[in-house]
Amino acid sequence: MISNSAEQTSAEEVIKVAALAKRYGSLEALSGVFFKVFQGEIFAYLGPNGSGKTTTIRILTGLTRATSGDAWINGFHYEKQALDAKRQCGVVPQTINLDQELTVFDNLEIHRRLFGLSSESRRRIDLLLDYVGLLERRNATVRQLSGGMKRRLMIARAMVHEPVILFLDEPTVGLDPAIRRDIWALIKKVQADGVTVFLTTHYIEEAEFLADRIALLDRGEIVALDKPQTMMSALGEWAIDQVVHNRVVSSYFATHAEAGKHALEMENSYSIRRVNLEDAFLQMTGKKLL
Amino acid sequence: MIKGWYAVYYREMLIVRRRLPQMVPSMAVSPLLYMMAFGYAMGDQKIVEGHRYLEFLLPGLIAMSSMVQAFAIASEINISRFYWNIFEEFQAAPISRTAYALGEVLAGVTRAHLSVLIIIVMGLPFGVCLAYYNPLFWLGTILNSFVFSAMAVALAMVVKSHAEQGMLINFFITPMAFLGGTFFPLDNLPIWIRKPLEFLPLTHASNAIRASAFGQNPGYLPYVVLAVTGIVCFLVALNMVGRARD
Repeated sequence: MISNSAEQTSAEEVIKVAALAKRYGSLEALSGVFFKVFQGEIFAYLGPNGSGKTTTIRILTGLTRATSGDAWINGFHYEKQALDAKRQCGVVPQTINLDQELTVFDNLEIHRRLFGLSSESRRRIDLLLDYVGLLERRNATVRQLSGGMKRRLMIARAMVHEPVILFLDEPTVGLDPAIRRDIWALIKKVQADGVTVFLTTHYIEEAEFLADRIALLDRGEIVALDKPQTMMSALGEWAIDQVVHNRVVSSYFATHAEAGKHALEMENSYSIRRVNLEDAFLQMTGKKLL
Repeated sequence: MIKGWYAVYYREMLIVRRRLPQMVPSMAVSPLLYMMAFGYAMGDQKIVEGHRYLEFLLPGLIAMSSMVQAFAIASEINISRFYWNIFEEFQAAPISRTAYALGEVLAGVTRAHLSVLIIIVMGLPFGVCLAYYNPLFWLGTILNSFVFSAMAVALAMVVKSHAEQGMLINFFITPMAFLGGTFFPLDNLPIWIRKPLEFLPLTHASNAIRASAFGQNPGYLPYVVLAVTGIVCFLVALNMVGRARD
């Protein structure tokens, strides 16, 4: 690590992003975002499709050039010290990018060689396959795996070089609910082992369950950044939904008793539920996440 | 600067190993047809430049086939870019664009030499056994496949679909395969056709490979032309790999 980069981030900050922007012609995909991700946390980027989530991950992992702005990954500048910055990152992209006709082991072995790891580190591949529950499928071709297994394999591959931070771009998209929960458990396990996790998602329950802090993203801008509980409790604990003029209107209350009291005065049908991140997003942007 | 090239090369070789049972017959089909059609059907005892036509043809087939197989690395790269998104795994890895390009180019060179070996073996039952021990023969095949493999890596970064890839082969590789001195001596052509063809890298490769396979010294010119073309194509490939990031 060179001295000037060490000045840019403190030891606790694994990612520091300053005024990062990306334009595609006239489209502003990311408009100058600022945020920090701290060691050991799960940081979620929550926003609708096209809000700039994937663009951010692609810039930070070297797949896309930013139009302007700076970012440091574990103290290394993402562009000026790109190779060092990449060594800090494990990347699990949204689309499956495994070699389908090669074996599970081969996919991890290629990754090991790409990161220039010693031959002793080959043993880590089997440990990782065991970690993600795929050791028995070690010699199967990727084509023979289910969707959930492929996701787990991608997580294992991203961890071969023991990254400081794991980037997960929509890690459970397209998976059924049971397998989604398996992936969540794996992500929690990764965090418990000391790896910082940066994930993007448009699933509210995923962000609520996994994230220590959340950045709400809308049209390339971060509209809120806080702990999920803080974001939600700013509105109250309970919500009442009712249909008014063909639109669902929500009201928020600090306690269930307050919500119930209000509901008694209502003429239309209603439902009472706990406040969630969708409510926070709706309040800040005036629109729903999905 | 080139650290990591072997990982890229290793991946391509794993794929070659897995596909070998299909690749070997597929690499053998075209040369076999050419040997039967142009060799036997056109008259086995026909003498061209002092040699049996089959003997004249085989080095040309080696030059052509090594060009085609080296260029085929472009299809592999496109499949990994557009269908499997594996190119992103390389982009996210801490390797330079030189390492990536070198790994892919050398994979193309290796595939090309697989086809060279197949043609050499296929020539034996036809009674064609040339001076393959001549190092200049192998220098010619290596430089020829390096040129077209580097060209393939560069073009693979530019094309946006398989259809565009097909167009490049139709407009560039196929005409060169037929007009690069593979099937007939260029001396028989009118000068206005011959002169432009003399600038093609495959023409120089055919000349070098054929002369050295006959135990003659082809001179330094074809090797210089191929080496310079190879270096230029490789530099263009490096530039294109760098631009492949959006």
